[in-house]
Amino acid sequence: MTQPDLIDALRALEREALDRIAGANDSDGLEQVRVAYLGRKEGRVSEILRGLGSMPPEKRPQVGQEANRVKDVLAEALERREAEVVVAEGGGLGDLSLPAREPWRGGLHPITQAVDEIWRIFRGLGFTRARGPEADSEWYNFEALNTPLDHPAADEQDTLYLVDSVLLRSHTSPVQMRTMERYEPPIRILAPGWVYRRDTYDATHTPAFMQIEGLVIDEGVSFVDFKATLAEFARRYWGPDTQVRFRPSFFPFTEPSAEVDVKRVITRPDGSQEETDWLEIMGAGMVDPAVIENAGHDPERYTGWAFGMGPGRIAMLKHGVKDLRTFFENDVRFLSQFAS
Amino acid sequence: MKASYRWLLDLVPGLSMDPEALTEHLALRGAPVEDIVSPGASLGDVVIGKVLEAGPHPNADRLSLCTVDGGAGSVQVVCGAPNVKTGAWYPFAPVGAVLPGDFKIKKAKIRGEVSEGMLCSAKELRLGADHAGIMELSGDFEPGEAFVPALGLDDVTLDVEITANRGDLLSHVGLARELASAGEGRVELPDLPCVEARTLAYLEDPKVAESGGVSVAVDDPDLCSRYLGAVIRGVNVGPSPEWLQRRLRGAGARPINNVVDATNYVMLELGQPLHAFDLGKLRGDRIVVRRAGKDEKSFVTLDDEKRTITSDMLMICDAERPVAIAGVMGGLHSEVDEATTDVLLECAWFDPKSVRATRRALIMSTDASYRYERGVDPEGLELALERCAHLITAIAGGKIAEPVLDCAAREHEPAVVPLRLARIEHVLGVPFTAAQVRELLEPLGFVLADEDEETLRWRIPGFRALDVTREVDLIEEVARTHGYDAFPADLGPYRPGTVPDHPMFELEERLRDALASRGLFETQTPAFVPAGEGDVEVSNPLATTEPFMRSALLPSLLRRVSYNLARGNRDVRLFELGTSFRKAGPGEPPIEEAHLAMALTGRRRPVHWSYEAESLDAFDLKALVQEAARHAYGAAASLDVDDEGGAPYDPLSGFVVRHADGRVIGRSGRVREDAVDVPAWAGDIWGFELTLPAEPEPKPARTHVPLAQFPAVERDLALLVPHGVPAGEVLEAAGAAAGSYLEEASIFDLYEGAGVPEGKRSIAFRFRFRDPGRTLTDEQVDKAVETILKTLTGAFDVQFRG
Repeated sequence: MTQPDLIDALRALEREALDRIAGANDSDGLEQVRVAYLGRKEGRVSEILRGLGSMPPEKRPQVGQEANRVKDVLAEALERREAEVVVAEGGGLGDLSLPAREPWRGGLHPITQAVDEIWRIFRGLGFTRARGPEADSEWYNFEALNTPLDHPAADEQDTLYLVDSVLLRSHTSPVQMRTMERYEPPIRILAPGWVYRRDTYDATHTPAFMQIEGLVIDEGVSFVDFKATLAEFARRYWGPDTQVRFRPSFFPFTEPSAEVDVKRVITRPDGSQEETDWLEIMGAGMVDPAVIENAGHDPERYTGWAFGMGPGRIAMLKHGVKDLRTFFENDVRFLSQFAS
Repeated sequence: MKASYRWLLDLVPGLSMDPEALTEHLALRGAPVEDIVSPGASLGDVVIGKVLEAGPHPNADRLSLCTVDGGAGSVQVVCGAPNVKTGAWYPFAPVGAVLPGDFKIKKAKIRGEVSEGMLCSAKELRLGADHAGIMELSGDFEPGEAFVPALGLDDVTLDVEITANRGDLLSHVGLARELASAGEGRVELPDLPCVEARTLAYLEDPKVAESGGVSVAVDDPDLCSRYLGAVIRGVNVGPSPEWLQRRLRGAGARPINNVVDATNYVMLELGQPLHAFDLGKLRGDRIVVRRAGKDEKSFVTLDDEKRTITSDMLMICDAERPVAIAGVMGGLHSEVDEATTDVLLECAWFDPKSVRATRRALIMSTDASYRYERGVDPEGLELALERCAHLITAIAGGKIAEPVLDCAAREHEPAVVPLRLARIEHVLGVPFTAAQVRELLEPLGFVLADEDEETLRWRIPGFRALDVTREVDLIEEVARTHGYDAFPADLGPYRPGTVPDHPMFELEERLRDALASRGLFETQTPAFVPAGEGDVEVSNPLATTEPFMRSALLPSLLRRVSYNLARGNRDVRLFELGTSFRKAGPGEPPIEEAHLAMALTGRRRPVHWSYEAESLDAFDLKALVQEAARHAYGAAASLDVDDEGGAPYDPLSGFVVRHADGRVIGRSGRVREDAVDVPAWAGDIWGFELTLPAEPEPKPARTHVPLAQFPAVERDLALLVPHGVPAGEVLEAAGAAAGSYLEEASIFDLYEGAGVPEGKRSIAFRFRFRDPGRTLTDEQVDKAVETILKTLTGAFDVQFRG
């Protein structure tokens, strides 16, 4: 045979053999196919390889290469089919389409996850975490924070009392004072924790909820640093296209005070983008000099800024949860949607 | 504060902002608009109709048959209202009109008579709750005239959120000032229709003033620094003119009568609450401002509520008795009504704290008290009184008796606050020149008293007297009017803080991650619990069912288990990290401890084709208890079978965790049936609660042990052990006896039945020995095993089995 004929013949043999391999339903059938094509004595591919020696030297490499390729293809097809046949007969590693052997999955509460995500960003901005008691005094919760008890601002957080002047903190801001009393500036802290208000349960209120306080105190800290850091946080949390707006507001313990709003860009499933409305995400401001003074530092020397935000509200926005109470029902079907 | 858009426009001539622009501007000034209501928005189809004739319906007693002129000729309308009258004007919805709620008016036959349109009640137009009759309109109209503009309902009501420091914004003038300071014109009080304004004469006296047959005395100058009283005789009380009613409605207020409406108008315009007494009902033609007397115990207010008053409350009294709660509400028995002819108009300055304390004690809040608490303008009393008195005489007639009574117990001293330019830059991060600061502050009413190169001294207007008292308050005004968005936001360098990261957070993270990776879900539950689950009581709870703070987390967690089981969730594995509260000494804050709790029920592993489903048992619990205790306390915690037991666990069903110092810091076990409410099909529920350390130790540093180069030798040993001898103790004794080559001792099999005598079990131990320095010989290992066996048979009633 001429060289092109031989190559054609090899390819025809390949097709024929692959058909027979696919058609074989047991090990015996496959063995017959193997012997017929790759058997050392009578195998038809082997035969051609053996005949290489009698060919003109310049033609040997091409035919030899093709014959070896066909040999490898057939050997691999035989091996795979063999495994399939074994499995079909109930042997081998068995039916691998059966479900995996999984352990139970657990996970962190979605509000914890929100706190963690926020914390990771602030950690990257040089913050550490601080704590304080949940039951505190009127001094730490109000008066030290420049909120006289007879001022209407004290009403806005309707407070739960335990005994006399001991109350359940209505915000995490008492941690500001406790931290400033104990440490010298520079201070850069984040204080997540439970706070309590005299509210009834509804879709957006619960009498206990998580809040995250932030506080920065140092020399030369200005309104510009305040805006810059919180805008940086917002862009890292909601994405680089997030717009941030600072609106004047009033908190007795900050001056100037601000509400911080964000406008996010949402990408829809079809790839198009949409801007949200302005969403209020935190109350914030420059720490009032009276607060710095109450903590025993010199407000002429030190300035700072602070904020408070609700990770529950942020988790609601993020996950499309419409009712805050869902977080406290702790139905495992809900919790497992946030599994680790 | 509900504000009328048109009213605001009228106060700032030249202002050109639509309601949306105005809303945006106010938001960026710190007074966000929460809601915009346009009551006329859905009433565009309604016209004013005249009832030409109202007669009985031939087939129904309660219906009338009317001929109505709605502008497009007269039509027949069947009307069910009892108050329909011939010749009167009403809102009329012709055929084809659509009313609020998508209610379409169609031509209809009612009891056999054709009706082409509807005469409307206030409720049908969503303008009020009145559904007793149709809305009779007073005024001059054209039949078919559009209803909305004719009644001034084309106004827009803005519900503005006013922060607690800005009492001055509880008025249209205050809001207008914020709008005008944007550079859009300036605030000018417009002339009121038919009102001829002129300055009145005053009779000033620090204690008692008498004029027009009436005297005013202020007995408590601490709580009332100034009291103006104008006597107006000969008024005719009746409905207010339409323009005034429109104004009030646009600002969300309800018209009452011309005298009361005039006081409300001026309060809404200037922010100064005013009160009109019926002079004829005051005894002795006298007003005394004093605290309630000892035997004055109750007082009936305008709203016909009997209020309990106390001797620290400031009252406005006549010669004999209280007639108003100062700054809060007037009394029912001195109210202006249709028969009133002479009034005393009060315009005063009451102490904000006193008004606040009084209204809180009475658990009430009024438009007046809300404003007094936040501070009214001590410099604006005359203007408010004159504007109101002139308005009353213009719309209700009568004559102002002059001089007006003026009991000025204390003069208001305007404050002067210095503002250093350097400090502005220090706080705001951006330099401002004196000229810039003037441009920002002057439109808000601040007056430059004097200045030098470094400092501007500002005279604070009365309407900001409570709010702006310090330099930083002025700095905020600079930032606010400059616009927060106008400041740069470039992130600069910062110094690291001195506060260490609190170690409790790291411990919580480790516990959370460990338990979540073992298949538990973290929960969050509020700390409020019912009686019996804590000893720290909330003194003013809203929900009386859960007035205590929890001393343990497990009961709340078990309720979450019940909740899940009740919803058919059979596999429930929960944990929570939270605070426990316990009572401390009297008057002291409670003791708080960080706790970890877990509660589990259901299957050990998810359903799988390769194994039988098994329920969680005590050894699953044990693993979790060990894991948690190890993270929280490391080697300082040890675990024992809980042989004391007790609520909420079954006896001998779990483990106690002890601290090296002897304290029991955790307990666990199978939860008793009576401790949790679960369906009948529920299986065992396992619970655990651990007190976490107050100051968690950082993870101990670990020093690595070089890996042994020589092989280990393993030996198995089966022993017959009687029931009642704890396997754990045998294992521990074996480990202690095995000598220094022992690397690990374990139990790998437990057997009872054929070949093992009754009352015993066969326990198979495996020991692994290794000498780090050389290969162990068989003799060495044999010797160690022999020692183990000898020790065990000596210490326990055990026998060698194989």
